[in-house]
Amino acid sequence: MTLTFTVPGGDFNQAGRASGEVKKVLARLGVDPGIIKRAAVAMYEAEINMVIHAGGGTAVAEISPERVVLTLEDTGPGIPDLDLAMREGYSTAPEWIRELGFGAGMGLPNMRRNSDELSIDSAPGRGTRVTIVLRLDGEGASVENRAAPAAAPAGTSPAEGVAP
Amino acid sequence: MTGPGPSVFHSVTLDPEKCRGCTTCLKHCPTEAIRVRKGKARILDERCVDCGQCIRVCPSGAKLAVPDPLALLKEYRYRVAVPAPSLYGQFDERFSVDRILSGLLALGFDEVFEAARAAELAADATAAFLRGSGPGPWISSSCPAVVKLIQIRFPSLLDRLVPLASPMEIAARIVKEVLHPGRRDVGVFFISPCAGKVTAARHPQGADRSAVDGVLGIRDVYLPLRNLLSGAAERPLARAGSRGVAWARVDGESDAVGVPGSISVDGISDVIGVLEALENGKIRDVAFIEAMACPAGCVGGPLTVENPYIAKTRIRNREFQNPVLSERIEPAPVGFSDYGWSAPPAARSVLRLDPDVARALVMAEELEIRAEGLPGLDCGSCGAPTCRALAEDIVRGAAVETDCVFKLRERVRDLAAELFSLERMRPPGLDTED
Repeated sequence: MTLTFTVPGGDFNQAGRASGEVKKVLARLGVDPGIIKRAAVAMYEAEINMVIHAGGGTAVAEISPERVVLTLEDTGPGIPDLDLAMREGYSTAPEWIRELGFGAGMGLPNMRRNSDELSIDSAPGRGTRVTIVLRLDGEGASVENRAAPAAAPAGTSPAEGVAP
Repeated sequence: MTGPGPSVFHSVTLDPEKCRGCTTCLKHCPTEAIRVRKGKARILDERCVDCGQCIRVCPSGAKLAVPDPLALLKEYRYRVAVPAPSLYGQFDERFSVDRILSGLLALGFDEVFEAARAAELAADATAAFLRGSGPGPWISSSCPAVVKLIQIRFPSLLDRLVPLASPMEIAARIVKEVLHPGRRDVGVFFISPCAGKVTAARHPQGADRSAVDGVLGIRDVYLPLRNLLSGAAERPLARAGSRGVAWARVDGESDAVGVPGSISVDGISDVIGVLEALENGKIRDVAFIEAMACPAGCVGGPLTVENPYIAKTRIRNREFQNPVLSERIEPAPVGFSDYGWSAPPAARSVLRLDPDVARALVMAEELEIRAEGLPGLDCGSCGAPTCRALAEDIVRGAAVETDCVFKLRERVRDLAAELFSLERMRPPGLDTED
């Protein structure tokens, strides 16, 4: 099944609604709670990023018995240096965002830690598309909080290094 | 044990005589566990977490909790009362804790053991657990409604629960294992502010069986006790310090545990908000979460009689003003160390549509389509709390689309239009119009 959400920009009260809905659907399917939590964390981070940096966007969840594919797409400013952005603690969020408890520079690393596959397609001025894949069918599916590998070397797809 | 209660899952129930079938409780239930059928509210057993929210909001007083009757005392030769500290907040401060406890003896108990004393031991055990157990956040397991909520709605957080028995259970274990070992005629009665503890004593969380023999509601004990207070011979019975008494109100437990970086949250909807944030990974640098289903903490329990905020102030006053209590604090009974869980609470997949994922997926898709077709007003006339909940009930086979009054009206209108157009048709032989 496919669920489509509009994520409004700048509205912190609405942020988390899409990931909350996806969480509910996964619970209805009886998906392992550990996987639901990983999906929730990864999608929430991506959603919050769109709210903070990109003025909102769309979130699409495609759910099959084998996997969940979450695609979050925006037409925001894009990420100039993806390797830098993948580093824990690196953040471009303004001070007022940090005061709200966001923007700690954990967003992308957290997404990587909590997904089975992650790819980020972004260029300055063109916007960003984040694709998060979680497997539901056994193999690696129940591994929780896998350790974050070091930042992917320059030029490689950020999805590498997380595949088991 | 008192034999099976009305349900394995909960002690909140309905008085059908009083229920008018309105939708107030539907709207306030945090787990969508209520439906109105045949003009009466019905609780979906496996979804109820005993939070007591419906009892609090019912305008007809039709929702109740069913604690054990006072008559149960007669079944035991030696009766020990374990009063929750919230009991102390029901009476104004001119009645000392000593007097309240003496009143319980006059009521027919042979001994009292304050749950507040066990709460201090639970606080020490929690602090020791937190020191030895990696980074938090750890969630207190002392509120039974919160534990059940996590089992149903936040199963991924089950492994964050502090795996320790509640003060009620610790108190009862001390009475049975240390103070009166081997005796079978000792009955331990918890005097409770909430329905959750009634269920927890019958079907314990974290253990196979409870050491508690009966749970009496503060509401049922209040009047007979109040009538005895003025005349009771006051004896020096209070042993708990302010640390234990403070567990009756929100913040009391985290203050007693005493670790920096705790969150304390009260009221079931705010508890859900905190657990959502925790599940989303938004709560960091927090060691301990004290979560209470009732507003202001246990003093807000549905089986109490006093306004929660008045009771909370009284509890605070007792914490400040009773220096005698702290001088009488006793160490943990020698030889007692039975704080742990023997059977951790498990996830309860009541939200799952079907055991087969592929089948569940088809149903989930249908649910989205059904929900899309409903008016989205969440009026509750169909007996479900929201249009989505009706869509879910339809998919599960527990409701039909025309339960929705708007859908029914659409069908009637379509039917009327069809009747009208049929009426205009004439057999050719009878058609006299040109």
